[in-house]
Amino acid sequence: MTAVEETTSLVPDFDDDAERKMAFVCSKGSLDMAYPALIMASGALEQGVETHIFFTFWGMDMITSKRMGNLHFSPVGNPATHMPAALAPLPGMQAMATWQMKKMLKDLDVPDVPTFLQHLSDMGCKLWACKMSVDMFGLSEDDMTPLLDGVLNVTEFIELIDGAQTMFV
Amino acid sequence: MPVTTIADREIHVDDDGFLTEFDEWDEGLAATLASNIGIGELTEDHWKVITFLRSDFKENGETPTLRRVSTVGEIATKSLFQLFPKKPARKMSYVAGLQKPKGCI
Repeated sequence: MTAVEETTSLVPDFDDDAERKMAFVCSKGSLDMAYPALIMASGALEQGVETHIFFTFWGMDMITSKRMGNLHFSPVGNPATHMPAALAPLPGMQAMATWQMKKMLKDLDVPDVPTFLQHLSDMGCKLWACKMSVDMFGLSEDDMTPLLDGVLNVTEFIELIDGAQTMFV
Repeated sequence: MPVTTIADREIHVDDDGFLTEFDEWDEGLAATLASNIGIGELTEDHWKVITFLRSDFKENGETPTLRRVSTVGEIATKSLFQLFPKKPARKMSYVAGLQKPKGCI
């Protein structure tokens, strides 16, 4: 009997056949609430996960052409800014806090919202607008980024995310 | 750190199989690494990515992210998904003999 010596290389298992799907619901229009979903979606896409983002209510500002590049951050009611509560509502404070947050993001080479959406779209992310929000805010297709894949009503969205891990932001 | 055999050579890798020693990689090894993970022949476009990854790593000591490959390396993100399907960040790093990118974006 001859012994056959098997030599196997240690090779990363990329698990390409795994069918994984994630969906993010973006319901907020403030700068600090726009980024969590964008960053998690980017990570999902890098891992080959089918990824959908559904923009609804205030989250519509993230895909409205004239607003998406100009989202704001408010320190009001946010103890994590470590700012005395009485100072947060003062005039000019929101502009300053927004400027500071944008600078911190830029220093980390994190793109602004329109550029980020382009990056996600290039990676194959599907971007959907909520039908009810489109009607409520009186928006037309021309008001929204051309990166959008379409407008969906809630039934269509629920059908689309069958089997997806879903996060509401 | 484990040592594995790739193309009849002893190569240092991490627990997932990514190379840990920058100088143990050469162009000949890249072809074997690519075929290990199901990427066929390395084209000129693959080499453009690999060359950028290696030179950027050498300069900054960190594997560039997909976004950095697109903004600094001027290689479109869409094409990275064609060249290194499904998980481009990890696959391109593996073939280039580097660790996975640490940055989030």
